[in-house]
Amino acid sequence: MSDTYTLYNSTVMDHFMNPRNMGDLKDADGIGEVGAAACGDIMKISLKIKDGKIEDARFKTFGCGSAIASSSMATELIKGRTVEEAMSFSNQEVVSALGGLPPVKIHCSVLAEEALKAALEDYQKKHPLLHTASRTPQLQPMAV
Amino acid sequence: MRHVFLDHQSTTPVLPEVFEAMRPYFTEVFGNPSSLHQHGLRVRDAIAKARSQFATLINAESVDDILFVSGGTEAVNLAVKGVAYANQRKGNHIVVSETEHPAVLSSVEFLEKHGFTTSKVKVNPVGWSDPADVRAAITEKTTLICVHYANHDIGTIQSIQEIGKIATEKGIPFFVDAVASAGWLPIDVQTMGISLLSLTPHRFYGPKGVGVLYRNRRARLVGVQHGGVQEGGRRAGTENVPAIIGGGLAAEIAMREMPTRIAHTAMLQKRLWEGLKKTIPYIKLNGPEPGPQRISTNLNLSTEFIEGEGQLLLCDMNGIAVASGSSCVSKSLKISHVLAAIGLDHALAQGNIIMTLGKDNTEEEVDYVVESFQKIVQKLRGMSPMWDEFEKGIIDSVIKPTGRGKSFSEHAAAVSGKAAH
Ligand code: FES
Repeated sequence: MSDTYTLYNSTVMDHFMNPRNMGDLKDADGIGEVGAAACGDIMKISLKIKDGKIEDARFKTFGCGSAIASSSMATELIKGRTVEEAMSFSNQEVVSALGGLPPVKIHCSVLAEEALKAALEDYQKKHPLLHTASRTPQLQPMAV
Repeated sequence: MRHVFLDHQSTTPVLPEVFEAMRPYFTEVFGNPSSLHQHGLRVRDAIAKARSQFATLINAESVDDILFVSGGTEAVNLAVKGVAYANQRKGNHIVVSETEHPAVLSSVEFLEKHGFTTSKVKVNPVGWSDPADVRAAITEKTTLICVHYANHDIGTIQSIQEIGKIATEKGIPFFVDAVASAGWLPIDVQTMGISLLSLTPHRFYGPKGVGVLYRNRRARLVGVQHGGVQEGGRRAGTENVPAIIGGGLAAEIAMREMPTRIAHTAMLQKRLWEGLKKTIPYIKLNGPEPGPQRISTNLNLSTEFIEGEGQLLLCDMNGIAVASGSSCVSKSLKISHVLAAIGLDHALAQGNIIMTLGKDNTEEEVDYVVESFQKIVQKLRGMSPMWDEFEKGIIDSVIKPTGRGKSFSEHAAAVSGKAAH
């Protein structure tokens, strides 16, 4: 038995073992931290935004393998998008980019979407004049 | 890569001599023990031997008290439901400890839907049920007391002999689930006052697919599975002959080697816990300290500021097989009911890892685990917002409070808008 069996597919395992964009941004323009009601885990996303565009993103996650992989993938996906584009970001995008998650683990990808949106809300709150025109869904962000 | 199996609570490998003993019963000696010809009779003889090997392991009065079933879960179901239904005219109340295995708790829940009532006996912070609380829970209607021997999750050893005395005095059948302890702790059903006991040999180097229910003749029991008249009419279904033969031999060997196995695993248990404690800050042992109150094979740990599934996966990628009671690991997204019962903080339950030792683990392996686990914890803490926030004084440690910041649970509730648990 020389094969290695894994709980998740190889993309998820890769993002879990070698997470992209892990850490904090020193001079972040927006930070969002959210918790999963289902299992009690926590995810934090920091964004660097310039001219309405996400220049850089970082995450920190207290959570399972799929939560870590989801935050890694989400930060990869949103880099380069405008704030407006990012506001319609959905966890489905994370799930497909990861090549699927087990049904019981879908909520971990929702956590990534929520953390990202909380970070965008935080950014907009801190820079109200820059974004008076953009409409955003009602969220309850938690800034740290 | 190195492979270290530290999940002996889930199962153990079959001993080569046990496997050899089973082999002929698949091919040559294939008879059905219910048959009346040579093929059946020969197998019947072999099963009788296995029955006496199991009887010796737990010091049963008679070999007829040993019933073969398909596994630990079936043994538990038969004990709980079989006794409850057999004594329905006398009463409908069951006393059960709250940290029983799900096989016991789910059987009891099933009975609750069918007119039975239960009292759950609480445990203290290390998972121990006070026999006085068991006594206090007994009513006129009580027909069964269920308390396991060693806990499957945190390794706490219950005061079986004292509870047995109470049960004997009150004349109530006493069922002990010994699936997590048989082969690893000496059991004497007679001096311990046990009327029913469940075990399975796959936890002590025997095969899966077979379980044993010990039942002394004073405890009335009705079958819950109907069909042929096997096992004295108490368990219908053709016997899993090879597994019974192998299990019997595994029981005989476990009996013989028990002192060595206990001494060896106790030494490793101490070395492992001491090693982890020394190299990893903010780590906690759940359940009693290694010693007479804890089974020698089990370590149940909580590593603060990180979650258990990540630890489990990284252990696995380093060749170390462990288990976890974190909610992210469970299919129901709930923390282990045992960790909840001992009142463990949600943050610590989330960081739970269970390491269970076996006779073949070595000191070298334990040292490798300490070294790897320390790196794993470091890696995950580096990724965790909680660790960072702890270092900045935003949240506090549960294990070693500094007096700065809010508790993790308060923090988690604030960011999720919902209380943990
Ligand atoms: S974060 Fe808890 S299940 Fe994924």
